[in-house]
Amino acid sequence: MDKTQWKIMKEIADLEKTPQGAYNFRVNGQLDDRHTTANIDIVSKTDKPGIDIIIKPGTKGESVHIPVVLSQSGLTDVVYNDFYVGEGAEVDIVAGCGIHNTGCETAQHDGIHTFHIGKGARVRYVERHYGEGPGTGKRVLNPKTEVYLEEGASITMEMTQIRGVDSTIRDTVAVVGPGAECIMNEKLLTDGVQTAESNMEIILNGDGATGRVVSRSVAQGDSVQVFRPCMTGKAKCFGHVQCDSIIMDAAKIKSIPAIDAQDLDAQLIHEAAIGRIAGDQILKLLTLGLTEEEAEEKILEGFLS
Amino acid sequence: MLEIKNLSYQVDADGENLGILQNIDLTIPDGRLVVITGPNGGGKTTLAKTIMGLVKPTAGQILWNGTDITGLSITDRSKLGVSYAFQQPPRFKGLRIGDLLALAAGRELTHAQQCSYLTRVGLCANDYIGREMDASLSGGEVKRVEIATVLARGAELMIFDEPEAGIDLWSFSQLTKTFRALHEEGSATLLIISHQERIIDLADDLVLVSRGHVEAHGPKEDILPRLLDGMTVARSCYGKKEAESHG
Repeated sequence: MDKTQWKIMKEIADLEKTPQGAYNFRVNGQLDDRHTTANIDIVSKTDKPGIDIIIKPGTKGESVHIPVVLSQSGLTDVVYNDFYVGEGAEVDIVAGCGIHNTGCETAQHDGIHTFHIGKGARVRYVERHYGEGPGTGKRVLNPKTEVYLEEGASITMEMTQIRGVDSTIRDTVAVVGPGAECIMNEKLLTDGVQTAESNMEIILNGDGATGRVVSRSVAQGDSVQVFRPCMTGKAKCFGHVQCDSIIMDAAKIKSIPAIDAQDLDAQLIHEAAIGRIAGDQILKLLTLGLTEEEAEEKILEGFLS
Repeated sequence: MLEIKNLSYQVDADGENLGILQNIDLTIPDGRLVVITGPNGGGKTTLAKTIMGLVKPTAGQILWNGTDITGLSITDRSKLGVSYAFQQPPRFKGLRIGDLLALAAGRELTHAQQCSYLTRVGLCANDYIGREMDASLSGGEVKRVEIATVLARGAELMIFDEPEAGIDLWSFSQLTKTFRALHEEGSATLLIISHQERIIDLADDLVLVSRGHVEAHGPKEDILPRLLDGMTVARSCYGKKEAESHG
């Protein structure tokens, strides 16, 4: 990888060199580097682009990094990654995609991820999306993520898109088994004429299943955001959807949360709010010696942290 | 030294000119603990806000350490050493209490420093440093964090707008100790808007603000008896009306 590609790597996976544990670096649609461990295997698919990541039952304290870097204008990269997390494993999975587009053609990455999480396994999934580059070509990221949680399993998904992505359509679906838990934390910032659409669905499919969607976004400039989080309860379960957005300039935000109870004992809540930065927040920070620009920056930084 | 000269703040409401503050003259020497008291709606908070720059006066001057700050921004006043604890502080989603204290101090704080500011307002640092300044905090907690931010700011002029409001008795007792200790340190001038006897007790001077005017200003020993007399008169009037209405 060259200097620019490592810079992207830093943005999306906080990596400045190859990480410890298992990893698979994909650069411009090709495998760049891979490392497996005794407990985590990574195998290339033979029928389509992508990899299978197989984590042995009982694996503890290990991590897998699977970042994708695109620096070639005009490339559309579609990749299918399937994760098989064995029973009782506890792992961190760091994904993410960064695009550096210097040309006038669109650079696009569609990451299609499927997680099969075994009984009692715990996964922390971190996904960062980022775009940059002086070219006029668009930077497009359309991830599709499916999660299947067996009994007592859990996943915390931290999905962040901060700056530089011109267009994104994010589809995330989780099916949560008995006593299992799915937490989706989404952070999104758009500006200019960027567009972002996020469709998140959690299906609570067993007694004691828990789901939580916490979405925070900031829309600046003329950007447009649409959110459709949906929580479906099909058993004695608990689900909570919380969407908060800060709207600025001439941006537009549409938030359409849904809760769908299909069981008498399903307990589902949704909250959604869109508003500008509160004037009293700015005033408070001014009294602490910040300028208006600094105050705004701190408020947004905190909101999306 | 804080000097307020002929300060007025007037607003037009339904074609009527309301004098929220009218020709206020007030001088507060350095290192004093001054309590501003008076009836609700009398102009106390507006007066405090004009000092911080949160309200622009329609006439008059405010001088801080000899500098005319009347036309300065809130930020510039803050940098000159003016600070203000809001009566109803805002909440911030995502901003943690530790972050807010660091912003107030203008530098990174050690755990021990954060702990010291929070302890002085009756909060256990370990429970609060990492917490978000959001709706999960009670009104009293937000209020105490607000006061802690002003302590962390360490400004030469600290204005507290009804610091006791919403605070439980235990924390209130800690708060009065904190104000006393701050005053004894002598590095700041304290201006506290309050109706609480225990805070009034701490004062060197009292200012009575009513109907947009400074009705009285002087050493506590001189002003307090007049205030108490006023209250006695008010009570006796109330008692008379009550007696009449029941008669």
